[in-house]
Amino acid sequence: MNLLDVINEIETRDPAEMDKPNSRRDIFKQISGTAGKIALTALPLGLSGLFQKAQAAGPSNSTTLGILNYALTLEYLESSFYKMGLSVSGLIPTTQEYDAILTIGTHEKEHVAFLQSTIKALGGTPVSEPKFDFTAGAGSGNGPFANVFSDYATFLAVAQAFEDTGVRAYKGQAGALAGGGAYLTAALNIHSVEARHASMIRQMRQERQFAEVTPWITLDYSGIGASVDAVYAAEQNTLQAGVQIVNINGYDITYEAASAAFDETLTMPQVLAIVTPFIVAS
Amino acid sequence: MGPTISPGQHDLAQQPAFARPSRRNFLKYAGLSGLAAAALAACNKAVNTTPVPGAGTGKSISLGSGDTGILNYAFALEQLEAAFYSAVLLAPYTNMSAYEALYLADIGAHEVAHREFFRTVLGANAIPNLTPNFSSVNFSDRTSVLTTAKTFEDTGVSAYNGAGSLISSATYLTLAGKIVSVEARHAAFIREQLSYGTFADSTVVSAQGLDTSRTPAQVLALVAPFIVETLDGSKLPTS
Repeated sequence: MNLLDVINEIETRDPAEMDKPNSRRDIFKQISGTAGKIALTALPLGLSGLFQKAQAAGPSNSTTLGILNYALTLEYLESSFYKMGLSVSGLIPTTQEYDAILTIGTHEKEHVAFLQSTIKALGGTPVSEPKFDFTAGAGSGNGPFANVFSDYATFLAVAQAFEDTGVRAYKGQAGALAGGGAYLTAALNIHSVEARHASMIRQMRQERQFAEVTPWITLDYSGIGASVDAVYAAEQNTLQAGVQIVNINGYDITYEAASAAFDETLTMPQVLAIVTPFIVAS
Repeated sequence: MGPTISPGQHDLAQQPAFARPSRRNFLKYAGLSGLAAAALAACNKAVNTTPVPGAGTGKSISLGSGDTGILNYAFALEQLEAAFYSAVLLAPYTNMSAYEALYLADIGAHEVAHREFFRTVLGANAIPNLTPNFSSVNFSDRTSVLTTAKTFEDTGVSAYNGAGSLISSATYLTLAGKIVSVEARHAAFIREQLSYGTFADSTVVSAQGLDTSRTPAQVLALVAPFIVETLDGSKLPTS
């Protein structure tokens, strides 16, 4: 089963889940139908009751399972990627860097095992691992990252794109897992590990002077090129819950700092579009 | 207040190529306006002549209940982090590299942005400004500063991770998620400055590949030595 199947399955099983309000804009869209226009200023705490109502029961089992299988697919992608990279002699130039990649790859493998066992414990069936094409050629083996396992700079660029996608993908499901107790906590605990990885990969790229990237996502700059634009879409956002972060309350917060201070979410369809080229079409 | 990091002292001529021109104005972060006077007083043992009251000797402050309580909890932690980096930037440790100065300023700006975001969202429900107690930090010593930064960042990550399931609003949960990954990016950066390859070591990541979560009670105990007031989290949600 590939990622598209996973998403389709969630839609088929529980169409309402796809419509759950995930962003504040969606929520205001829904509210505006009955309560009229509400100014997009700081989110008044009095409205929290509305949000509670939207999520009161927590996610259904099928929602949780769908998200876990979605996460599992992304972890397969990362785990398989690092396994390949680590197996190519001479790709990773120094022992220090090899060990750092090994640490990351080991975590991804652990995430795969953790998600598989959690899915089984919930009574679900873990999706099987797709076949990957890490050149982003959808199986042609000749995509934009054709030298991914022969050129260290390309390898790290793809690693950064995967890690930042992972961070945004998990974050994008947090709202749907609200009230999900231990499953939510587990997802958050994986999410921040992915962010540590992303920071490290970015530092490694910078140390090698492969790109001028910060450990955090400054604006929507990737240091990779247009091929990964979708990974960084809307990362330059500086408006959070209707609050403008640039120069907030008179403090000297630049556009760059305001954007980097908050990572943004990606929806399932956005993530699907990003990873589809990396999956061999069945 | 003016910036105190002088170019000569930190050799900006050797600023790495990745520092884009637009980010070279980082010096102004050193003068983060509106900094609490208390943070100034506490910022550097070497220059500080004002006695700072010890941790927990100030008044008790209730964080409140429900989502408001959790937001105040986050607000308190961000206050602490922002005050810390402001103090670091006001009196840089010996041999702070341009690279470190640049990124510590970046981190400091992020923490101020987080703090002010929570202050704005909380409005009248916000707890007052806290008084940091950094008397255990030697601000002239790189290891002392970075080790404290590591503690704050790792604690912040574990606090947000642990608070997620206590938030009832999906909107605030997502916002907490937007912040926690940035704290994790900070943590990985700070850790790498201390020791290569420790960005996600076994002191924070379990054998299942999971980061650390802490309850508010655990986190409040960890940060209590750094705050003069006593934070009362007894009304916070527990599940």
